[in-house]
Amino acid sequence: MNLQAIRAIYLFEMARTFRTIWQSIVSPVISTSLYFIVFGAAIGSRIETVEGVSYGAFIVPGLIMLTVLQQSVTNAAFGIYFPKFVGTIYEVLSAPVTVIEIVIGYVGAAATKALMIGLIIFATAHLFVDLPIVHPVWMIAFLVMTTFSFAMLGFILGIWAKNFEQLNLVPMLVITPLVFLGGSFYSITMLPPVWQTITLFNPVVYLISGFRWSFFGTADVPVAASLAAIALFAGLCLLAIWAIFRTGWRLRS
Amino acid sequence: MSSIVSVQGLTKVFPGGLKALKGVDLEIEEGEVLALLGPNGAGKTTLISIICGLTTMSGGRVTVGGHEITRDFRAARELIGLVPQELHVEGFEKVINTVRFTRGLFGKKPDDALIEQILMDLALWDKRNEKIIELSGGMKRRVMIAKALAHEPRVLFLDEPTAGVDVELRQSMWQVMRGLKDRGVTIILTTHYIEEAEAMADRVGVINHGELLLVEETGPLMTRMGRKTLTVDLSAPIDAVPGPLAARGVELGNGGTSLVYTYDTAAEQTGITDLLSDIREAGLHLADLHTRQSSLEDIFVDLVNGSTR
Ligand SMILES: Nc1ncnc2c1ncn2[C@@H]1O[C@H](COP(=O)(O)OP(=O)(O)OP(=O)(O)O)[C@@H](O)[C@H]1O
Ligand SMILES: [Mg+2]
Repeated sequence: MNLQAIRAIYLFEMARTFRTIWQSIVSPVISTSLYFIVFGAAIGSRIETVEGVSYGAFIVPGLIMLTVLQQSVTNAAFGIYFPKFVGTIYEVLSAPVTVIEIVIGYVGAAATKALMIGLIIFATAHLFVDLPIVHPVWMIAFLVMTTFSFAMLGFILGIWAKNFEQLNLVPMLVITPLVFLGGSFYSITMLPPVWQTITLFNPVVYLISGFRWSFFGTADVPVAASLAAIALFAGLCLLAIWAIFRTGWRLRS
Repeated sequence: MSSIVSVQGLTKVFPGGLKALKGVDLEIEEGEVLALLGPNGAGKTTLISIICGLTTMSGGRVTVGGHEITRDFRAARELIGLVPQELHVEGFEKVINTVRFTRGLFGKKPDDALIEQILMDLALWDKRNEKIIELSGGMKRRVMIAKALAHEPRVLFLDEPTAGVDVELRQSMWQVMRGLKDRGVTIILTTHYIEEAEAMADRVGVINHGELLLVEETGPLMTRMGRKTLTVDLSAPIDAVPGPLAARGVELGNGGTSLVYTYDTAAEQTGITDLLSDIREAGLHLADLHTRQSSLEDIFVDLVNGSTR
């Protein structure tokens, strides 16, 4: 393992993050607060409880996931797209580093930032609602697994993207709908049976369900299924990244 | 002498079918400075990019320090430093941070004393805390050189390091290169400036259309490149070169209306003064005269045509 390289990439990326830390934090905090006001206060006054949890609290895991997923994907995508865009990627490609080291460095930094923002939103949520956490260790575990696996997805996106439009398009067009339709603001048991079945093909359902279970002890799908889904997703991403570096797709001429 | 870089039968076909390298064989000795010359599109950058891992090879075998560059890429790449032809910088980073980054990326422990020395040598120390975007083009290029040196490479590839660099800076870069050479670093540089090859290189390689046409010691090659031809236009055509002139190797040109004399600019005596007095003694009248330096392009053309003057 070239630990120095992992460290160098990670610290370099984190330094970039901290240069723009206020932008990175302010916008998710504001948008989360808005969600609380609109969904929690307005709708929550009509829906008293979902599965025995107050609606305001019920949406917290989904809200955190929404931002964390977007952040993981965009951070990682930007982290690798930018050097590709300005050409400094030549250094990474000519360095004595393996794919795994590159991924740990870039994806680790992107995931760290997303995780920090997730925790900040979590803290913000406390200002609005009472939040019990049944399984705190699992809550952190789900958060970490999610940030890492979606940061890998973002990493692939960053390598694939040929311009900034494409870079923005995927999180907008794919991630956001998947999260909204993945039970962020409702329990999928509230849906008609047909839609329940369709929803099960949405990977985000498993994340949110598992994450919500760590808060309230109730889940839409079995926790084991959530874990399996994340593992499968992370494995596929890793495989894709390995193949990309193996063939040099969009990286080497 | 053992080769530190060994290239055997290297080929590169770009998607789209362009054959950028057509079987290049090249042995580079440890500690030497090799200059690669060749017109635009010859394949210089492609060759360097393959050795450094930026471009995949289509066929052949390359080793650096005895390590095959794809199978044993970690060991091979640790030895290599690269300054690419294009300027690639992360504008918002501070100079010193990007240099430190490169060192880490290549697996070396932080060493602030060394980084300071490198930045001093490249006259960048005063700029160390500035954002790269605020530097001039020549300074940016020096930052890229500093990055390439940060991990103490044993083989340094410089792809047109002095393109677009002012005379003074060029001199100081040559100084840096000499310092590296003295420390035993092997340097491979590409350039379009013959003076640069002459000043720096132990050997010169000429590439054209993806083929390495020759690799030769700089001295003899420069002598050949340093040739000039003097053409003397006569006011009236003659049938044969008069005896004393013929003895000097003067040839008849342009249907007998001119005399052509080839000489070596590097020689002590070019023989021009004697030539001119011989012409006068032969009773010939000059209409005009002009000289022409045989250029690198001439050498390329000659090489491609298979006839080296
Ligand atoms: N990524 C690429 N895809 C397709 N063709 C390429 C690519 N890169 C280079 N080429 C072609 O390969 C040939 C060799 O290019 P290369 O950059 O190696 O030339 P060079 O000798 O470095 O020229 P210069 O002196 O202009 O830098 C050229 O014909 C070029 O158009
Ligand atoms: Mg080139």
